[in-house]
Amino acid sequence: MPDFITSYLDRTITVTPGAAGSQFWALIYVLIIFAGVSVAVICMNWIERKALAHFQVRLGPMRVGPHGLLQPIADAIKLLLKEDIIPAEADQFVFWIAPLIGLLAAFTVYTVIPFGPSQAVSDMNIGILFMLGVSSLGVLGIVVAGWASNSHYPLIGALRSSAQMVSYEVAMGLAVISAILMTSLNVSGTGTLSMIGIVQAQQQQGVWFIFKFFPLGLIAFAIFAVAMVAETNRSPFDLAEAESELTAGFHTEYSGLRWSLFMLAEYAAMIAVSSIAVTLWLGGWMHPFPNLLHAQAWEFLFSLFPGLTFGGLAAIAYIGAQRMPPHSFFKIQRIGLAVFAVVLAFIALLLLMIAVVAGLLPQSSAAAQFTTGFRDGIDNVYWFVLKVAVFMYMFIWYRATWPRYRFDQLMRVGWKVLLPISLGVLVLTAIVGVYFS
Amino acid sequence: MNPAMAMAMTLNATDNSGMAPVATPWFFYSLAALAVISGVLVITRRNAVHSALALIVTLLSVAGLYLMLYAPFVAGVQIIVYAGGIMVLFLFVIMLVNIDRSSKERRFNRIWPVGLTASCALLALFVSAIVKGKDLFVDRMIPLPEGSNTQEIATALYGEVVKTSQYPKGQYMMGQYTFAFEIASLLLLVAILGAVIMTKKKI
Repeated sequence: MPDFITSYLDRTITVTPGAAGSQFWALIYVLIIFAGVSVAVICMNWIERKALAHFQVRLGPMRVGPHGLLQPIADAIKLLLKEDIIPAEADQFVFWIAPLIGLLAAFTVYTVIPFGPSQAVSDMNIGILFMLGVSSLGVLGIVVAGWASNSHYPLIGALRSSAQMVSYEVAMGLAVISAILMTSLNVSGTGTLSMIGIVQAQQQQGVWFIFKFFPLGLIAFAIFAVAMVAETNRSPFDLAEAESELTAGFHTEYSGLRWSLFMLAEYAAMIAVSSIAVTLWLGGWMHPFPNLLHAQAWEFLFSLFPGLTFGGLAAIAYIGAQRMPPHSFFKIQRIGLAVFAVVLAFIALLLLMIAVVAGLLPQSSAAAQFTTGFRDGIDNVYWFVLKVAVFMYMFIWYRATWPRYRFDQLMRVGWKVLLPISLGVLVLTAIVGVYFS
Repeated sequence: MNPAMAMAMTLNATDNSGMAPVATPWFFYSLAALAVISGVLVITRRNAVHSALALIVTLLSVAGLYLMLYAPFVAGVQIIVYAGGIMVLFLFVIMLVNIDRSSKERRFNRIWPVGLTASCALLALFVSAIVKGKDLFVDRMIPLPEGSNTQEIATALYGEVVKTSQYPKGQYMMGQYTFAFEIASLLLLVAILGAVIMTKKKI
């Protein structure tokens, strides 16, 4: 194989492809992350519709595929085939480019998201700054879309959205700074903005930053958790697209593919901000108690988790297939669900096999080293994705539970509650960090 | 394994200063061209929103140039403050203005000869600095071989440091260049006061 492929596969390299200077593998990682996020958005779409329906004692999508599993695909095909309308009075070029700005901003931040110590496209030393900066560009897409539509509802939605995002960015940034301050309490005494460095700092200090200086870390995390919902324009802060007042807000005039690009950008941004929260406060890719439970046996036990998760999903799908009504109408659906269960079970088996092989092979052999590295990579990605998934479920939960804020309430919460608290937390973190540690 | 990889291997995860710069001239010229073209668009578009979008492109390409100068922090702040913060406020204000009417209005740029003279003078200053600069501050000059890449220039400026994040920019700002830094902040203060006075008729 050519040198540019094999050079990164060396086991002694423990940095991201971007840091190792391997453009080929960086590109592969970019493609994997792009595909993974797109699939995650599709899954999220289905889960959100099902979960919301169950919150409201409905069934949700049931017709397209077993339990509506193929509904997102049907939706995607419908959106692709729909007529693409550009209003006659709209600013053509700006109307065309607006969804792309949002999408670009939402996907660019994935460059620095650390799925593991070496499972990221690149590791910038300004990582978190880069993430905040580029994700703040997303608001440009919304503002410009609202203006280019040349219509009243979109314009009002865009104005609301920009005011909201600008005001919550302040509290968000201050909460992030207090977490960054905590990284500087390392043994070496130097802080870092690098996403991977932040997680490694948590490992060195032996504590997730959410529990550090209790309750300061927790408060900063809570502020971020509120601000990130507002930043992504999700309920209960979805005033930019409040359907009872503004039809659909900034994307009222959009249809078909362009509308779906907005949705894709919104969900990608949700995953991105959840990743920031996980990285900064919840220990990133680390499994629980990484310093305490790092013996061989524990590593083996934790490496079984990904396989067992897929096994559980396979079992649920299998039970679902068994519980299908015994009628010939449901025959195809039952077969489809059974095949889905088999696929999931196969993935589970593969993951378990990797874990067992890595656990049982003698540690010195080259094959064991390779599989151990592979297993650790899967582990890191698994724990990171699991933590992010919890946040994604919380997004759905918020949407199902809370009524929408009024605009003055939104501004009051942002400027009069979150901002002073985050400033206070920042000052207290600095004081505690200097004098009590 | 090539030597660049061997060098990269010895670095730890938070250190990426070991990366050899790739296609530096190509990136520089394309970023510079992007900045200049969109900068021209900013002043030639009649529609204020188009101007603002072009200005965002200019600011982003300047951020790219900062990255090439091994100043990632400045690049990040440039994106957050200018592209993300100030330009959103710009668009916010522009959207409240009736674009159709204002784009048809004749512009009150009767002082364009003054502007042209000033910009020509600035251009002349830059050109003369490039042409004659070699003889002006001989004692302060850092000798660099022709065709050095940006990393070598950064090393010459800041000395050998292990990590990019350790370039002592903050110290320079508060030490050697305090005066320039304070002048810049005074300028900002004047701009803020001017904005308040111009918008509020009665203070």
